[in-house]
Amino acid sequence: MAKILMKGNEAIAEAALKAGALNYFCYPITPQTEVAEYLARRMPEVGGVFLQGESELAVANMLFGASATGKRVFTTSSSPGISLMQEAISYMAGAQLPVVIVNIMRGGPGLGGILPAQSDYFQATKAGGHGDYRLLVLAPSTIQEAVDLMMLSFHLADKYRNPVMMIGDGMIGQMMEPVEFPDKYVEPEELPEKTWAATGAKGRKPYVIKSLFLDPVLLEKNSWVLHEKYEQMKKNEVRYERYKISEKNEILLVAYGTMARICQTAIDDLEAEGISVGLFRPITLFPFPEKQIQEEAVKKNVKNLLVIEMSTAQMCEDVERAVLGKKPIKFFGRTGGIVPAPEEVIQQIKQLLAKPKSASRKKA
Amino acid sequence: MAEQNTTIFARPEAMTETITHYCPGCTHGIIHRLVAEAIDTLGVRERTVGVAPVGCSVLAYNYFFTDFLEAPHGRAPALATGFKRLRPDMIVFTYQGDGDLASIGMAEIIHAANRGEKFTAIFVNNAIYGMTGGQMAPTTMPGQITTTCPSGRNVAQVGYPIKMVELLSGLVTPMYLERVSVHDPQHIVMAKRAIRKAFQYQIDNQCFSLIEVLSTCPTNWGKTPTEATDWLTEHLLPYYPLGCTKDFGTKEDNSGSV
Repeated sequence: MAKILMKGNEAIAEAALKAGALNYFCYPITPQTEVAEYLARRMPEVGGVFLQGESELAVANMLFGASATGKRVFTTSSSPGISLMQEAISYMAGAQLPVVIVNIMRGGPGLGGILPAQSDYFQATKAGGHGDYRLLVLAPSTIQEAVDLMMLSFHLADKYRNPVMMIGDGMIGQMMEPVEFPDKYVEPEELPEKTWAATGAKGRKPYVIKSLFLDPVLLEKNSWVLHEKYEQMKKNEVRYERYKISEKNEILLVAYGTMARICQTAIDDLEAEGISVGLFRPITLFPFPEKQIQEEAVKKNVKNLLVIEMSTAQMCEDVERAVLGKKPIKFFGRTGGIVPAPEEVIQQIKQLLAKPKSASRKKA
Repeated sequence: MAEQNTTIFARPEAMTETITHYCPGCTHGIIHRLVAEAIDTLGVRERTVGVAPVGCSVLAYNYFFTDFLEAPHGRAPALATGFKRLRPDMIVFTYQGDGDLASIGMAEIIHAANRGEKFTAIFVNNAIYGMTGGQMAPTTMPGQITTTCPSGRNVAQVGYPIKMVELLSGLVTPMYLERVSVHDPQHIVMAKRAIRKAFQYQIDNQCFSLIEVLSTCPTNWGKTPTEATDWLTEHLLPYYPLGCTKDFGTKEDNSGSV
């Protein structure tokens, strides 16, 4: 299929349809509203379900009900809206329902702003709602990757019967880039039957889809069942990209999403000046590529890690956990909707090369 | 004359044999049975999905022999919406108490009703939070004592109880709204009729119905079962008038117009 120029939000919407997810519930919020607008037009064409709910809180609960049918369902929102969805996300994780939720992140906390940020990392990766659970979290850095990961998200949600969250900063939603969709679409009818779905107690005992276990023994058992799934995810689903990592690097950058792309530009520019820097880009934020980052960090040539985020150091804590103090970790961040230019990244790298011990966490 | 073995009373197919956890004298058991009888009568058990609330009837799924979803507090109408939109061929009902539907779930029920979602809401109003041990509900009567209004509901501070059926009647979309009671056999029969009609409308692909059922809570009202039904008659019935406020299915009952 030929490449077409698409806005991120619209490409994400189309990717979901290509993945056989013809059921979408939404509430408008900047900077992801184009997903809803696009699907309001497209869903009737593909015979799907489009519904604008009264709040993100209701929308996430509609997803719960919709997912219980066994069909592929999804929603998209942005930071404050995702906060409102946390109730149902926790319930869906507890009830083991496969849903896909996209967060096109804006600056926070509170109402924050509407410009790109990466400040919902903790919320996405550390269980934003109550209870012992995790989401599988994917973070694209291009519109093409957003398309690919969106389609993958539905597969992973089904595979693990767990909510999957794709997080992109506002840039991923608003930017236009050429994208290519696969020639073969997923037809909903071709997907394996969901044997657990509520389809009516015909010739079988009733199914109850729930997260309530009043008996602590059963609740603990359910929590360990969930935990085992997360362990399986850690074993099977870690995804990452290594960019220009070589034995010449003194500095290893760690960044994800749009921030990683900016780092790549900085790395290319520095390369032209004869300075070699590598980038480790996590694609799955949960499971986090801990082992792989440590392997890179402990290499002799690496003097410093530099974590760069559009937040005030959230993923940085996971990098610290991965590296276990074996190498110094510095942080540079801009937040609140400010997207650092490659020049700022270059400046940070050069400062670190000149005075490796004096670089410190910069406040935006 | 040969004796014939004719069953005149039996457990509805749509109910399990599980013994309920409800307190002695609680009317949830009656209302469960009325819902199950409607499902049996209309022959839809195998394609019915219930949505349980948070509250005393949180374990309703143990008593109905149908598929069930367990919703977060107040969100049953949102779950029912999501399910029914994807499976319009199935029969979906929510079973919710007054704290669940009229307090924390107010937005969800109003918008589901206003969109005309094609499910049936069974709203059990016993004027108190039962499961958490008798706190003030949006439907608690003026002066009624609960653990969070120990001097009685003070309307100067917290307003008057919410009349859900009347509130929803202000919306144009809903199909059928009726308040019934289960305090005596005559009213139980009327309640049964209303619940069956609401399910019939759903089978006929008509839009949203809600049946409010006045119910007792002897335990948290601090009364015996018979005192509780008397209290319902004396205090709830005058404030919550029984009857249908909206029924677009039959012309004679049609009190609204579109």
